[in-house]
Amino acid sequence: MKQCDIFTMKSPFRDDYRIPGFYFGNGDKTVAIVGAMRGNEVQQLFICSQLVKNLIALEGEGKINPNVGILVIPTVNPYSLNIHKRFWAMDNTDINRMFPGYDQGETTQRIAAALFETVKGYEYGIQLSSYYLNGNFVPHVRVMDTGYQDIESAESFGLPFVYEYEPRPYDTTLLNYNWQIFETKAFSVYGGSTDVINKDLAKQTWTGILRFLHAKGIIDKPMHGGMVPFRLKNDKLSTVVSRQSGILYPRCDIAQNVKKGDLLAEVLSPYMGETLDSIYSPVTGTVFFAHHTPLIHQHSRIFQIVEYIE
Amino acid sequence: MIQTVISENLPVDERLIIKKNSIGTKGGKRVCIVTGIHGDELEGQYVCYELMRRLKKDIHQLKGLVELYPALNPLGVDSVSRAIPTFDLDMNRIFPGNPDGHMIEYVAHRIIEDLAGADLVIDIHSSNIYLYEIPQARVSKTFADKLMPIVQMLNLDFIWVHDAATVLESTIAHSLNSIGTPTVVVEMGIGMKITKEYGDKLVDGIINVLDKFGMWGGDLPVRIHKPIVSTIGDVCFINANYSGVIINTIPNLTRVSKGDVLCQIVSSLTGDVLENVEAPVDGLLFTMRSYPIVYEGSLLARIFYENNPV
Ligand SMILES: [Zn+2]
Repeated sequence: MKQCDIFTMKSPFRDDYRIPGFYFGNGDKTVAIVGAMRGNEVQQLFICSQLVKNLIALEGEGKINPNVGILVIPTVNPYSLNIHKRFWAMDNTDINRMFPGYDQGETTQRIAAALFETVKGYEYGIQLSSYYLNGNFVPHVRVMDTGYQDIESAESFGLPFVYEYEPRPYDTTLLNYNWQIFETKAFSVYGGSTDVINKDLAKQTWTGILRFLHAKGIIDKPMHGGMVPFRLKNDKLSTVVSRQSGILYPRCDIAQNVKKGDLLAEVLSPYMGETLDSIYSPVTGTVFFAHHTPLIHQHSRIFQIVEYIE
Repeated sequence: MIQTVISENLPVDERLIIKKNSIGTKGGKRVCIVTGIHGDELEGQYVCYELMRRLKKDIHQLKGLVELYPALNPLGVDSVSRAIPTFDLDMNRIFPGNPDGHMIEYVAHRIIEDLAGADLVIDIHSSNIYLYEIPQARVSKTFADKLMPIVQMLNLDFIWVHDAATVLESTIAHSLNSIGTPTVVVEMGIGMKITKEYGDKLVDGIINVLDKFGMWGGDLPVRIHKPIVSTIGDVCFINANYSGVIINTIPNLTRVSKGDVLCQIVSSLTGDVLENVEAPVDGLLFTMRSYPIVYEGSLLARIFYENNPV
């Protein structure tokens, strides 16, 4: 393993800003793995740290293919992690809305440019992603439908779902979009939670990434084959939105199989405790996303359910 | 007449309310002024107040309908938050919204529904808390043909016609322009402040538009300024090369000559000047940093310069 900073910058008063990279193998650019880009992505940081730990052990056993090159960047944004701020410490911009970056531009554009320059040209790119709503997902792989997507490779993570989606206008500034445009096979891996560490979901996720690396001949680590992923597009995803606001009292969690009409959650009056609304599953399927928030707005996206065709 | 456009329940005994004030009469033309989409941008507050005051004084001179929406992000305006509180999302990246989506997408959808069909929408922004801007319009090339005649009437100093960027397709202006509702974006002043002189200029410009639309029979502004249009030149961006503190910032946004010192970046720890930031071209200084702490890459200034005819 070779550790070196892929980018450094001076701050007016804080310690220097550093993005560390951990390199394994002696070969070309095979796979780059990028962790926390936002300051609340502690699960993503944790998953990457466990990957680095596993890769160091595999390297010690001589089980990393010498002809490959692996790069792991556990975080792009220690500044925001250290002050518990989701976006860039100074101006609240989101590094993951700045790709492909611009090295003569604003600070976060420069960071994005430095990162992209480093991770561009890899055969595979894996980014540990998060969602703007608090909550948990069933660990899964997302692939943008840009015409360059590689669904079979996405399935080799052996995670329960592969979610293929059409990029929206503002997705064109994401790392993964630009990776795909520059012919890297890019995967967004959702590791369950975001701002809290969920060890079980994290382990499922990093095991999936190791399984992918094994499937691609990058590491030699025979392991359980994982799941046969369910291929998913938007039309199989049913969103459950709250009709009322108040205290959210969930009655189910992610990965649970539910039948149409099962109780998913109740919304309680914040003052008198009575049930204002009972929320039932509109379909039969698996709970894919559960919004974790004790207080919910009216018209909040509380659950996403993957509908199974029976 | 004050109307409630949006009323959504928040968790604890409060509604998210977006109001508009409509004056005049239906049946004729309709001009809408929207602002407060970014909760830290307040220049539009004065414009709404002053426009309403002038129109009410001579209400019998108004033909058609003028509608003011002073706070599209009321939670943000009232809590000094640029983004939508609790989501940390830029509200101007979620349009055209979604009737079945999360609260904020639903709200965005309803706002578009309410504004659709207007003869003109003016979306007033005031930069952010870092940069001072002269009164200007931002016009995407995609819609320039239709909007240029209107923005020229608004008594602004500068019209910046910019390339179409995919990411900007999620703005309110793009969404409205795409459905044939002409929408103009005005940027002026700075966040968290009101620059009365700029507000008065824009109100004169709006009265001028009402007059040209045949909607106003009352007093007219003495003089309407003819703006500089960016299509006859280029915009030069000046970014910080050092992290530090900026001092001696040029006091007025005005014409500058190549070599003029725009500001100095200094170190308050060592007492050294790190950089004398000079204008690289002769031109119109239309953006200047106000917030004193800068990182490498922070935008310091923008200068418009005319291309010399060869
Ligand atoms: Zn704004």
